[in-house]
Amino acid sequence: MESYLSLATKAIFVENMALAYFLGMCSFLAVSKKVTTAVGLGSAVVFVLAVTCPLNNLVYNLLLKEGALSWTGVEALASLDLSFLNFLALIGTIAALVQIVEMFLDKYMPALYAALGIFLPLIAVNCAILGASLFMVERDYGFVESTVFGIGSGIGWLLAVVALAAIREKMRYSSVPGPLRGLGITFIVTGLMAIGFMAFAGISL
Amino acid sequence: MSSAKSFVIDPLLDDNPISLQVLGICSALAVTTKLETSLVMSIAVLAVLTLSNLSISLIRNLIPSSIRIIVQLTIIASLVIVTDQILKAYMFEVSKQLSVFVGLIITNCIIMGRAEAFAMQNGPWASILDGIGNGLGYSLVLIFVGFFRELFGSGKLLGVSILTPITEGGWYTPNGLMVLAPGAFFLIGIFIWMNRVWKPEQIEAE
Repeated sequence: MESYLSLATKAIFVENMALAYFLGMCSFLAVSKKVTTAVGLGSAVVFVLAVTCPLNNLVYNLLLKEGALSWTGVEALASLDLSFLNFLALIGTIAALVQIVEMFLDKYMPALYAALGIFLPLIAVNCAILGASLFMVERDYGFVESTVFGIGSGIGWLLAVVALAAIREKMRYSSVPGPLRGLGITFIVTGLMAIGFMAFAGISL
Repeated sequence: MSSAKSFVIDPLLDDNPISLQVLGICSALAVTTKLETSLVMSIAVLAVLTLSNLSISLIRNLIPSSIRIIVQLTIIASLVIVTDQILKAYMFEVSKQLSVFVGLIITNCIIMGRAEAFAMQNGPWASILDGIGNGLGYSLVLIFVGFFRELFGSGKLLGVSILTPITEGGWYTPNGLMVLAPGAFFLIGIFIWMNRVWKPEQIEAE
């Protein structure tokens, strides 16, 4: 239990998806103009990460990994190593899943769909999602670990994007030099936030 | 011919994919701690972008628009798999350092963005040029950031000591911030700033 807790804390603060690994930066910069949209996209990311990470873990461990097909009992398949296909399989799973989640929400939870709706298709190509799955493969997480990691990194991303949006809302009252306005100053603010988050790096769990 | 030239030249500073179109930032920040990884990453992205633009433009009239995203993703993912295998075979050390970021070329928005915005409407030749142009624009920023991060962060360029650090008997104290995440953010911010001082028409309205 303790190890899961430390894994989650690590994923949220120490190895923050957006600020330490630069993942999901495109949407991070694009949606951080207002706090409400930031919360919307952030929660969609948490949701999709929580589902895709464990699912991709199953796909990788039961289909792609070297010797993973041995459960079929067929000798020719048992020694097969399909891990070179993992990019294609992982992105396929993510794209399909996002589509299913979207249809499911549309049918059964219209309120949530209305809130997340426009952001869901964007998420299929958000690198934070694919990045989390690839990290999961690279670090050899188990099923429960990958669930915890997925949720943790989602929350970390949500935290970062909401914080940045709040700062940018306040920044409207300050006079930024012309050429730095917009994208430029956002990068510098994000850099300062990343310095702030580095304070967590000293935590040993 | 002048339009062909503008396909390649425009994305460098006038319509740069990173500093103006805000595409493909993730990898630009993550792989630039060293100049070598930046160069390898630039070449990988340039190759994938050119080939994906070409293949998508060749079959653009055959793709039903309802499933175009998944078709594009499949083409890009296949190209990235090839790139990854080549890197693993011939440049294993570098591919270890790039770790997940080679895979993340798939979701690099430059490639999807150019496929969707350009290759779906234009012929193969124009698409190749557009791919090369945007790939070079991306490389320009990567090399700028990689150059300064490696030079100030460890006093080296491509592994050769330029500013000898104190630990090796020289005079230079390496600036640790450059190697860490915030350094990359600041450098890209500064790149955008300089770019827009020089090309004032890119300044965003308040």
